[in-house]
Amino acid sequence: MGIVLAALALAVAAGCGGGQSSSGPVTLNWYIFPEFSGAFVKSAAACSQASNGAYQIKIQTLPNAADGQRQQMVRRLAADDSSLDILGLDVTWTPEFAEAGWITPWPQDLAQKIQNGTLQTMLDTATWNGKLYSAPFNTNTQLLWYRKDLVPNPPKTWKQMISMATELSKQGKPHYIEIQGAQYEGYTVWFNTLVASAGGQIVSDDGQKVTLNQSAVQALDTIHQLANSPAVDPSIGNQMEDQTRLQFEAGRAAFELNYPYVYPSAKADVPDIFKNMAWTVYPTVKEGVPTHVTIGGIDLAVGAFSQHKQQAFDAIQCLRSPQNEIRNAVLGGLPPVLESVYSDPKFQKAYPMWQAIFTTLKQASVRPKTPAYQSVSLQISYTLSPPTSVSAKDLGTLKSRIQDAIDSKGLVP
Amino acid sequence: MRLGAVADAGTAVGTGRPGRRPITERARAERRLAWLLCAPAVAVMALVAIYPIVYAIYLSFQRYDLRFPDSKSWIGVDNYTTILSSTDLWWQAFGVTVLITVVSVAIELVLGMAVAIVMHRAIFGRGIIRTAVLVPYGIVTVAAAFSWQYAWTPGTGYLAGLLSSTAAPLTHQWQAIAIIILAEVWKTTPFMALLLLAGLSLVPEELLRAAKVDGATAWQRFWRVMVPVMKPAILVALLFRTLDAFRIFDNIYVLTQGSQNTRSVSILDYDQLFTALNLGVGSAMSVLIFLATALIAFAYIKGFGAAAPGQELER
Repeated sequence: MGIVLAALALAVAAGCGGGQSSSGPVTLNWYIFPEFSGAFVKSAAACSQASNGAYQIKIQTLPNAADGQRQQMVRRLAADDSSLDILGLDVTWTPEFAEAGWITPWPQDLAQKIQNGTLQTMLDTATWNGKLYSAPFNTNTQLLWYRKDLVPNPPKTWKQMISMATELSKQGKPHYIEIQGAQYEGYTVWFNTLVASAGGQIVSDDGQKVTLNQSAVQALDTIHQLANSPAVDPSIGNQMEDQTRLQFEAGRAAFELNYPYVYPSAKADVPDIFKNMAWTVYPTVKEGVPTHVTIGGIDLAVGAFSQHKQQAFDAIQCLRSPQNEIRNAVLGGLPPVLESVYSDPKFQKAYPMWQAIFTTLKQASVRPKTPAYQSVSLQISYTLSPPTSVSAKDLGTLKSRIQDAIDSKGLVP
Repeated sequence: MRLGAVADAGTAVGTGRPGRRPITERARAERRLAWLLCAPAVAVMALVAIYPIVYAIYLSFQRYDLRFPDSKSWIGVDNYTTILSSTDLWWQAFGVTVLITVVSVAIELVLGMAVAIVMHRAIFGRGIIRTAVLVPYGIVTVAAAFSWQYAWTPGTGYLAGLLSSTAAPLTHQWQAIAIIILAEVWKTTPFMALLLLAGLSLVPEELLRAAKVDGATAWQRFWRVMVPVMKPAILVALLFRTLDAFRIFDNIYVLTQGSQNTRSVSILDYDQLFTALNLGVGSAMSVLIFLATALIAFAYIKGFGAAAPGQELER
């Protein structure tokens, strides 16, 4: 009680004090996932320094898992917490936070600055109802990793990949195709990639209606074919990113669909496998139609209850400056959102697979944009689990469950 | 439960009993004092327990999704219909919860009784035995659950390898439920034993000796003498554990996060509230869980004649 009163007294005193000059720089709380390389700490310090005493960025570390990050921010925002100035949002959260009135849209003039030179797909994730609500900060996407010693020419389509793996299994060689099939977000990412690459979309642009059609049948067929072929890892139903990485490093797989972090990891863990490790773009579902891999990453938004919105907008622009984006990529392994950075030699050296990533990002797809995304994703991974029992017959159930989720009807699994 | 006890105590003190001699001035003053003394407790209760319960009931009749604040509206019992007609989620979770409750409480009762008798009869190192038995109950549930989780995960644990070299028991429904029950039993058997030990000390030694003289076997002495005398203690122990087990959350949250259909009703409710942010459906589910626990308590008290806390006042 005493502390609360003292804090109140201080707040009142500060309020009466008036001008910024007397109270020093304002503190901006930046809620962001734990970044272990220290890249964010450096950016925060550099930006605070460059603000000439206008603000001081203080990093507030969120939990490791995405669900935990979202829950912590949501619980604070539901209580109108004014201490959330800058929020690190996963690419799928902007519609939800915007619709609930928890984040502030970017003013027209600043929005234009953000939109200039930023990857279009990332801007798409940051936009809701035609307004830019957050600023893309970093991105990520999956590539196809394969073993040069087993696969001289990488496959172009899923069909080719499955038949190559089947052939390898007949020869008794490592042959698994490692993909994320556990009942979680990563499985939804896979399904979204397949649907988009078959030319479809899970939910309409306005986020109101489920739009699964023939392309979804092709996606379900692809899962079915893989899950019932010798190419499949028997534990596909439990595989997340890290399990697939470990299977590849253990030498049991010929193919792996995963994020670029697997490359430095293999380099450190298993030099023998690493020397035969190669990458290419994700295989297509339809021959001749380019693949649209699901985009990932973080967007930065300004909290709706923040007392320092102007400073927060300024700080975000600084945090995503080219220098900071390059540092995040080189130190932290986070692919940048500014197109210009991809031609920077420093970045290209740190990211030997930059060309494949850039190509993939230019034609990447976005996960369903709806405030109810969490429920939609849970319904998808729940309905399609385990992958071994997936077939085109699941489409009806899937459609009705996704529509229920959009309408926030029923229970979430 | 607790609320009921307070209310009972209140009426017992407040109304007095008919047929007794008229209330004296002194008794009336004492009664007033009693009211004054429990007033702060009642006020705190109202603030921290009654208000949230009433608010949850109020929310449960609304469409209230934090993600769609604009479409908040009064929808009557729709949330309840949604939940009660959901066989693949609600009734599935309900079944798992009942299964975990029944099996774990049954095992705990048998084991707890054995442990209680050992503690009761121990001649040497009584203090050490009692302390050792209580250790699992003293460990934080989440910490214990994590050590179980690691133990049963292939690669990090020593237990998964016992089944087969590639076994991942936490990824299969029935094996995972068995592990959840094991973790519950390991954790709360000491609690059960402690409550039963209190009951055991109620059994008069003379009674057992008299039975022995009459030629009763050890089993007969246990079943015909000890158990009937201990019955109130056993019922209270069972009541507490059943209520606790029905609300199981932390072990499942750590061990499986409710995957592979190992959700309890509390886990399912947590998902509605904190993942889906659906306060309406989540509150309705909380009310249903509350009703289920109330029903369990009622069944024990009325059906088996367990003593409700606070009933002593009326004796």
